[in-house]
Amino acid sequence: MSAPTRTASGREARLGRSSRPADPTGSGAAPTPAPPRRRRSAESRRRLVALGMLAPALAGLAVFFAYPLVASVFYSFTRYNQLQEPQFVGLLNYRFLFTQDPQIGPAVLNTIWFVVILVPVRIVFGLLVAGLLSRAKTMTGFWRTLFYLPALVPPVASVVAFVFLFNPGTGPVNQILRVFGIDGPLWFNDPSWSKPSLVILGVWVMGDIMIIFLASLLDVPRDLYEAASLDGATGMQQVRHITLPTISPVIGFAAVTGVIAALQYFTEAAVASSVASGKATIGGGTAALLGYPGTSLLTYTELLYQHGFANFQFGYASAMAVVLFVVTAVVLVFTLRRISVFRPEADQ
Amino acid sequence: MTAVSQSPLARAPRGAAPRTGKPRRNALLWVAEHAALVAVGVLTIAPILFVVLTSLMSSNQALTASIIPKPFDLSNYGKVFTQLPLAQWFGNSALYAVLATAFMLVSSVPAAYALAQIKFKGANLVFTVIIVAMLLPPQVTAVPVYVMWSHLHLTGTLWPLILPNLLGDAFSIFLLRQFFMTIPKEYGDAARIDGCGEWRVLWRVIVPMARPGIASAAIFMFFHSWNDYYGPLLYASENQAAWPVAYGLATFRGQHGTDWSMTMAMTVVVMVPVVVIFFFAQKAFVEGIALTGVKG
Repeated sequence: MSAPTRTASGREARLGRSSRPADPTGSGAAPTPAPPRRRRSAESRRRLVALGMLAPALAGLAVFFAYPLVASVFYSFTRYNQLQEPQFVGLLNYRFLFTQDPQIGPAVLNTIWFVVILVPVRIVFGLLVAGLLSRAKTMTGFWRTLFYLPALVPPVASVVAFVFLFNPGTGPVNQILRVFGIDGPLWFNDPSWSKPSLVILGVWVMGDIMIIFLASLLDVPRDLYEAASLDGATGMQQVRHITLPTISPVIGFAAVTGVIAALQYFTEAAVASSVASGKATIGGGTAALLGYPGTSLLTYTELLYQHGFANFQFGYASAMAVVLFVVTAVVLVFTLRRISVFRPEADQ
Repeated sequence: MTAVSQSPLARAPRGAAPRTGKPRRNALLWVAEHAALVAVGVLTIAPILFVVLTSLMSSNQALTASIIPKPFDLSNYGKVFTQLPLAQWFGNSALYAVLATAFMLVSSVPAAYALAQIKFKGANLVFTVIIVAMLLPPQVTAVPVYVMWSHLHLTGTLWPLILPNLLGDAFSIFLLRQFFMTIPKEYGDAARIDGCGEWRVLWRVIVPMARPGIASAAIFMFFHSWNDYYGPLLYASENQAAWPVAYGLATFRGQHGTDWSMTMAMTVVVMVPVVVIFFFAQKAFVEGIALTGVKG
């Protein structure tokens, strides 16, 4: 927290103000008592205006962030549904979560699968396409827009589209594979192919991270490459020793936000299960569809949704929420400070 | 972030030594790179093409191996509007997206300005809390927030997803603050010396300069609301009259098993507004994405 203080005093100095008074009571400084006081009042007035501008957001953080966080911890020690007031049950919910809930195992494993497979695969493909794009000389705008387009498609629409494209009977993908004499798998209807199918979807919509990689690739100073090639570095050496080190903070950003997104992976899995099963809504009490086929797409947040909002076990869902919070918090504690955009000091 | 819209990087060493062999290798490289571009382009566009083509088939033809609609049949687009309350769902989505965006701007632009352009004690703490609020999964706070809205008898509507934006949206504040940080403080200081208050500085100096950034935050919010599935599932799933289109699409199956041609027509209908807005506001949007991850 030293950088911002430095900036603040630097700006005051630039504006010709005196530096921070060493003695606020001003006991010895009889001749000029006025400037410090005026300065202090200007400072506190500025703070007041700033807090006024922030007031709605601060209220929002209190109502929709701080309070629910505390309340979740409280509810997690209770049995609570919509009909009865919360009843204290001690660690019962946590004991059930860690030792008894038969669905927690697959839900956790599936979520870890998405963290470990989906996130790196998306980053690798995002980097490859960004690299390809950064070397294009003609029609750069066209290619960039085209490759970004899938990221724009509403997730529900892209999932529905992919379940159609990969549907085993008449889907175009298996039709094309048949032309090459390959008997395509059942994709979204096969427990061992459903997650890889979602990874293919995740790669198709990688435009969001691709754009970030592209921007940072284009920011790598050209002189570095010129110097390296004068020194006889090959293309691969340049990628390893110049490109990757320069853009590694951006890869870190994509990894952290990707892991956090994968921990709460919900929409794609839930919609894929519901559409591929060919059965009705998952909202209307048919939570059994969550995870279809089998439990292969049951993620942690889907299970939380099922307990909390299909079965109204608010206490148990809160315990699951607290565990999710702890896991996310651990990820953030280890990574947040390394990502410059998330640091307040990271100004110009 | 002009880099995004500007020319390619590093023409590297190429052309530096037009000796024997080099030009041919460069030509090969050029062909390889463009072949890769075209291949990725085909894989990118093919799914959308299949979706559009299937939406133009009859329900029966959609169940066959054929790829080209025969005859071209636009009736699916009529059917999704007549057999389903799609117009109503469309209206719900539009209301959700427009109000959420407007409310977000009213609450989050001043907040982001205060964090980026006013120096005061506590700014960094507030910023850090906003970052954490932005990164935490919404499921962590879902139960107490749901209980709150059910006490207010607003479950079964989209209001629990719209109204909170009046109290700021963490991601939007973060994005707007990143934009406002790129505006040198001297502009505001000059206005302050001329006697402007902070609100006037914001309105007269910063907002006009940050228009692309504000547009970008607005588009993000609009898309986020338009695409939202988890929110409506939580709050509106019990009330079909309140569904947004994206949620309606996820639940649609057809009367006798999955009707792919109608489903694909509906998929196109859900996609079109987003794609149209994107093409009108592409630059601001792309800058916004780059700024979330690169700057700083």
